[in-house]
Amino acid sequence: MFKHFINLELKAFFRSASVGKSIGLKILMGFLVVYFLLVFLVLGIALYPILEKVFPGQKPLTIVNSYVIFWLAIELIFRFFMQSLPVMNIKPLLVLPIKKESVIHFVLLKSLISIYNIFPLLVIIPFGVFNIIKGNDGTLNMIIWMFGMYILALIVNYANFLIKKKFAENIKAFLPFVVLGMVFFGLDYFGVFKITTLSGVVLDTLVLQPILVLVPILILAGFYILNFKYLKSNFYLDSSLQSKVEEAKTSDLSWTKRFGDIAPFLQLDLKMIWRNKRPKTVIWISLIFLAYGLMIYTNPTYKETPAFSVLVGILMTGVFMINYGQFVPSWDSNYYGMMMSQNIPMKQYLASKAGLMSVSVVILAILSTPYLYFGWNVLAINLACATYNLGVNIPVLLFAGSFNKKRIDLEKSPFMNYQGTGATQWIVGLPLMLIPTLIFYGIYKLINVEVAIIAIATIGVIGLVVRNYLLNTIAAGYTKRKYATINGFKQQEN
Amino acid sequence: MIQVNQLSKKYNGTTVLNIEHLEIPKGQSLGLVGNNGAGKTTFFSLLLDLIQPSTGSIINNSILVNASEDWKPFTAAFIDESFLIGYLTPEEYFYFIGDLRGQNKADIDALLEKYEEFFNGEILKNKKYLRDLSKGNQKKVGIIATLIGNPEVVILDEPFANLDPTTVNRLKKVIKELAENKDITILVSSHDLQHTVEVCDRIVALNKGEIVKDIQTSGETLQELEMFFAV
Repeated sequence: MFKHFINLELKAFFRSASVGKSIGLKILMGFLVVYFLLVFLVLGIALYPILEKVFPGQKPLTIVNSYVIFWLAIELIFRFFMQSLPVMNIKPLLVLPIKKESVIHFVLLKSLISIYNIFPLLVIIPFGVFNIIKGNDGTLNMIIWMFGMYILALIVNYANFLIKKKFAENIKAFLPFVVLGMVFFGLDYFGVFKITTLSGVVLDTLVLQPILVLVPILILAGFYILNFKYLKSNFYLDSSLQSKVEEAKTSDLSWTKRFGDIAPFLQLDLKMIWRNKRPKTVIWISLIFLAYGLMIYTNPTYKETPAFSVLVGILMTGVFMINYGQFVPSWDSNYYGMMMSQNIPMKQYLASKAGLMSVSVVILAILSTPYLYFGWNVLAINLACATYNLGVNIPVLLFAGSFNKKRIDLEKSPFMNYQGTGATQWIVGLPLMLIPTLIFYGIYKLINVEVAIIAIATIGVIGLVVRNYLLNTIAAGYTKRKYATINGFKQQEN
Repeated sequence: MIQVNQLSKKYNGTTVLNIEHLEIPKGQSLGLVGNNGAGKTTFFSLLLDLIQPSTGSIINNSILVNASEDWKPFTAAFIDESFLIGYLTPEEYFYFIGDLRGQNKADIDALLEKYEEFFNGEILKNKKYLRDLSKGNQKKVGIIATLIGNPEVVILDEPFANLDPTTVNRLKKVIKELAENKDITILVSSHDLQHTVEVCDRIVALNKGEIVKDIQTSGETLQELEMFFAV
């Protein structure tokens, strides 16, 4: 049975309209993967000597054991944003004589074949081997320790799977985890309850009593079963769940009329975002990213590198723009054929998308003004970045959109619908962030911060001035590639 | 109104549509019949410039459809559910199309009132999104949406499929009324010979992309077509 599934997956990948784009991205991802593999390997090899040097007299293993809990928490967050979960188109399989169980097992096991499950190994194994060579603990004990650590990483894998699914349905489901994490961190920080000590004691005991490795194995099995049960209970299509029909809430959007010609599209986009789960998550992510600055500006090491603030500024004011813009016009893929046969000038359609993104940049820029607390420079850089986003990045995203051929199914149930919630969406955003950062860095090194800020803002203003011309050029590209786009959107994908 | 010249569409060397010449005068109601794969939807997609012709061209009211977009204001079509926007309510969808076609809210309300019987009370004021309607009800919305803004060319692909018998009869009435208006050119495709013959002045039968019959509707048309498609 799994043989059939693997076969289907390969065909789905190679026969999709966006295969060219996917392969290009996959190559880029490949480079990044090699880079991270090396980073983790170096970390794994260097960990023991470094700890020995920094904490003389303490056992490196004990130190590692006490911080494992933080490692796991960070790994979970990292996976949450970066790891895309395996997807599968279940509709054609529902009525075939295939056991639901085997489909679910396939999906769950497929999630193990992920590069994110190899990274921890690269740290655990070299570190464990070092311990064995030094002979601090028994060889068998260390092997069991390595095994146990890897089981913990797999637990994170399945915990992420579960959280991501719940999160897709309901953002609030994610809040308890955030609160719990913050509470533990706070308690540890103020020394009320040392979670690091607990983590240390537990894992030290594991080294002494190898039989205890059964505990993480049981937890892993528990998570697997939880996932399994959850997927099984959701193994239906929306249409078969009559109770899911939601009552339509109409809101008065006539205030958009003041935007003139683009008003109908603006209304449509607002409804699209508000009434569909996929785009709605984009809004939540944008708000979460506003807090990104707190993490960066409070860290004194970044004070000396203002170029880094440009990266943060572009991301904070442009997170909605990046997440929404890179899927234009795929958001309308379900009814793109209709749009193309209606009386719609392409430029107006694009102008409405640009308008929506511009509004988001302005709102996020306003919301980020409290960062003034960290200095005038921070505010000035943020505003310059917002201008740059408005002038340059929005047209760039729209231009890139004319090559989009991948359908987005807005109406699909959240079950296994994670198009664009993996690392790739951030990679697409990289040039948008890196180019202004490099420009800023160059001018900052040659002249000074003030000129660099003005330069970034000026580039943005120039972009705004010529926006009309840019939109005309981009619209021509959309019209030229119209047939390919319509054809691509017709393909139902996973 | 519509002229088709040397039109063909090939996919990887296979010809799916090949029409030497077809002329549809203004005010005619044309029924396009044929088996699966005969090229009906391909023809409509070409007419709406959703796909590119391999050779030839279509002229809609003296506008070359794949060169200019000026045919859009007077042409309306419903091909399939992908012409609907699932997250809108039927009313919102009608108003949206109305906005695109320069109609205000009152115009739309007047039009909807006229077709209240056709909707059978299942469409309007139901607080449901289009995606939650049944296939048949979605179709009703799509068909009526093509009538917004007084189009001169109305294109309906398989309008009778998926509808209940009562609605089919009501739809036939709607199309016949439209056909009486000599400013409106109607193109309807269907598998159902009887329905098509009932509502159309002229029937064109396609087979494997070629026009095999082109007849003005008369008393014997149905019989003639049934003979042709008989196994």
